Amino acid sequence: MSAESTGISAPQLPAVGAEEPPRTRRRRLNSSLIAGAVLVGLVIAAALLSFVWTPYDPTHVDSSARLEGFSGEHWLGTDKFGRDTFSQLLVGARTTLFVGVVAVGVAAVVGTPLGIFTGMTRPWLGTGLTRLSDLLLAFPALLLAIMFGAVFGASTLTAMVAIGIATIPAFVRITRGGTMQVMSTEYVLAARAAGRPRFWIGVRHVFPNILGLVIVQCSVSFAIAVLAEAALSFLGFGTRPPTPSWGRMLQESQEFLSEAPRLAIVPGIAIALAVLGFNLLGDGLRDRFDPRLEDRR
Amino acid sequence: MTDAMTKPAASPGPQSADAPLIQVRDLHRVYTRSRTSLLKPPGQVHALRGVSFDIRKGERFGIVGESGSGKSTLLRLLCGLDTATSGSIRFGGQEIVGKSERQLKFLRKELQLVFQDPMSALDPRMRVRDIVREPLLGQRHPDPVGRVKELLTAVGLPPDAGDRFPHQFSGGQRQRISIARALAPQPSVLIADEPVSALDVSVRAQILNVLADLVDEFALTLVFVSHDLSVVRHVCDTIAVMHNGQLVEVGPTEKVHNASAHPYTRRLVAAIPTIRRALAGVGAADLARGMVDAGHDPTDTDRDEVA
Amino acid sequence: MRRVDSDMEREPRSVTGVLPDDRDVLTVDRMGIAVRDLSLVTDVSLRLRPGERVGLIGESGSGKSLTALALMGLLPEGLRATGSIRLAGVDRDLIGASEREMSRMRGRQIAMVFQEPMTALNPLMRVGNQVAEAMLLHSTRPDKASAQRAAVELLDRVRLPDPANAVKAYPHQLSGGQRQRVMLAIALANDPELLICDEPTTALDVTVQAQMLELILAGVEERGSALLFITHDLAVVATVCQRLLVMYGGRIVEAGPVHEVFTRPRHPYTRGLLDASDLEATDPRGRLHTIAGTVPAAGRFPVGCVFRNRCPREPEEAKVMPGWTGDETRGFACWNPVPYDD
Repeated sequence: MSAESTGISAPQLPAVGAEEPPRTRRRRLNSSLIAGAVLVGLVIAAALLSFVWTPYDPTHVDSSARLEGFSGEHWLGTDKFGRDTFSQLLVGARTTLFVGVVAVGVAAVVGTPLGIFTGMTRPWLGTGLTRLSDLLLAFPALLLAIMFGAVFGASTLTAMVAIGIATIPAFVRITRGGTMQVMSTEYVLAARAAGRPRFWIGVRHVFPNILGLVIVQCSVSFAIAVLAEAALSFLGFGTRPPTPSWGRMLQESQEFLSEAPRLAIVPGIAIALAVLGFNLLGDGLRDRFDPRLEDRR
Repeated sequence: MTDAMTKPAASPGPQSADAPLIQVRDLHRVYTRSRTSLLKPPGQVHALRGVSFDIRKGERFGIVGESGSGKSTLLRLLCGLDTATSGSIRFGGQEIVGKSERQLKFLRKELQLVFQDPMSALDPRMRVRDIVREPLLGQRHPDPVGRVKELLTAVGLPPDAGDRFPHQFSGGQRQRISIARALAPQPSVLIADEPVSALDVSVRAQILNVLADLVDEFALTLVFVSHDLSVVRHVCDTIAVMHNGQLVEVGPTEKVHNASAHPYTRRLVAAIPTIRRALAGVGAADLARGMVDAGHDPTDTDRDEVA
Repeated sequence: MRRVDSDMEREPRSVTGVLPDDRDVLTVDRMGIAVRDLSLVTDVSLRLRPGERVGLIGESGSGKSLTALALMGLLPEGLRATGSIRLAGVDRDLIGASEREMSRMRGRQIAMVFQEPMTALNPLMRVGNQVAEAMLLHSTRPDKASAQRAAVELLDRVRLPDPANAVKAYPHQLSGGQRQRVMLAIALANDPELLICDEPTTALDVTVQAQMLELILAGVEERGSALLFITHDLAVVATVCQRLLVMYGGRIVEAGPVHEVFTRPRHPYTRGLLDASDLEATDPRGRLHTIAGTVPAAGRFPVGCVFRNRCPREPEEAKVMPGWTGDETRGFACWNPVPYDD
């Protein structure tokens, strides 16, 4: 093979045979990691702050101050009940984080090992389980949440567990694909030749090499979970009023979209920034933990 | 140049044991392709069609074959990493075919592999010392750390190599790591699957020398698989030629190379360009023609690719 | 790390500059390739006449593939080429030509066959269409129908069995050797003046390789094209080419007719390469000859003679880059060349 090791993402061919180590891809200056960490940090900071201080009680109804715009008293205005938007934003951050962590946590913790298993086991079993997982995928998440709510009582937690369960198939699919790819490499063959039992191959070889995929999937699922929570809250199966949630703020704002668009814009931007932050953080973490990108020139 | 001059005097002669170390009898491996139609049965690929041969202890056994010859399949079967459809493989008298992973545990110590592609043969997320140590995990070794250092030195790598990751090494160095890993459990048989095919010429020479040194030092039995007949000729005392899943010829190196009984082997030899022949005026057209003279059919360009 | 500007101050010319000549197909004059301030290829000069077959030998890290890419204007992002490249029939210098100008030439006056047959063809397009497209892009055939007829003929010339049906095949339905033939057909479709082959047979079986080499030679002979054959395989170069250039560390270290260079190599690297590749030449223990040390990473070659820290004959003067001894047709860059009794 003949391409040169130039330290730039080489056009096609790896530098086989060169006796000095090829220069690794120049690592993107951690911009992703930093930007992501900053945004996520803001959300966390808002949530933490809300435990200690908010300008107003976010659930306090003040009919005299309905639908006010940005002002010195209410920095981001008020909603249709006269509740301070900024305070709602701060407390809502808690819900957002809670939602993201629980839903994604459930999905990742259950879906990842399941996906790895289907990728490593006998083909008929693997395919069979994947089909079952696909059945779950076809099941509407909202319906599942409603059923859970009916059985266990509606609350943020039950809604999140339901959404988490509905997100499991996404993790199964992605980890299964990655697992099958890793299983076909020569180093796994070498591990088998070395006598490593299947289970430990999964732990020691497969998992670290698909971690990148999992992290990225987490950030994607986070966004979906937050928006799903909004819909559920609107239907009354999620965060019950008056507990603030960005999602519900968004839903409630639709009534007054023409008069007070800021009621949609403010939580909308907050959700967008949070989602962006987690995406960037996911990318940055994935790159950070890839040993191939560790060396700088 | 006779064998006595090219092979070091220390290599144990092939007649040192009574029974062959590895005995293969009538080995078949059929792969079923995935189903492409609901009604018709899926197609089959007959990768190995009745292969039989012996390998004696201490021998340097070469297997030569082009793509589709089945040599990679044969390797996996020899290592117990795949199951044969029918036939028998005996290692030191013990049958391997049809055995479970647990029953094959002994094989994991006795027989080790060096792979072709230095890129994908090492887990990119593991440090070199963990990679080399992996075969020792199944056995209780008193000093794995020391053993790893010993092995890295034996293959000519610096002592701090263990702390680094595979991507920090070049192709030739990665092959050395692969070799070190293979030698860790002190196997009696080393199987090398195209270990130098992906390397530059000067690196190839170094790695072949390293292999030869280690095979001598540890009195290993070597099974060397390659599509490159010249390399196999340099390394091995016995050559087996594979074509289309069958063993077409097996015998001492010089006989197979210079006085082959089989037309395929002759065709193979005729097709290899060498500097000597080129300087003597053998051009590309002559190579191709030489193949035809040896019985090759130029219209046969189709080949069923098998792993 | 060597800086490009200080190179120019300190070093003499390594090859006497090459002046373009009307009869040449390709003239490369002191070409260099650098990334940021790191020099990857330095001072490469060569000249090809029509019908000539020239080999470019080197191992990984030598710069040979980058040289080929520079000729095609296909250098990756961030790499800059300096110097001059002139192609017959093209008014302007290829270095500094815009992408649009280069794309007019690629596949027309200058064509390339790459190494990997698996990835060089579009998997979603029938091979016949890919061959026809090469002609339609450069308008060498008046319409689609005639291009398709020409495609069948080209596939026949590269000896694909049943070309009339082969044109309808997708790449995955063909074997590696067959795909490589299709690539050759595409490259030769517009009768280029210059065909560049970058390790075209490295990924092929030996028997398939022999046929492929024959096809390449027949293809360029028919068209009177010049051939630049890049490889690390010395035997292939000896079989295919008339003269060759040896590259190491981004420089040409030796050049000359194949017979000359392989029987009386002057540069220690060429000598080392020949010894290492000769599998029949072993020392008393049966070990192959090797070149001491390893190839340094791209751009990190030693100051002075690039082969310095691996040379068995390293002289005092090696601190400075040696100049070119000899002329265009036969020469080398070495302070202490391998001697022969004349």
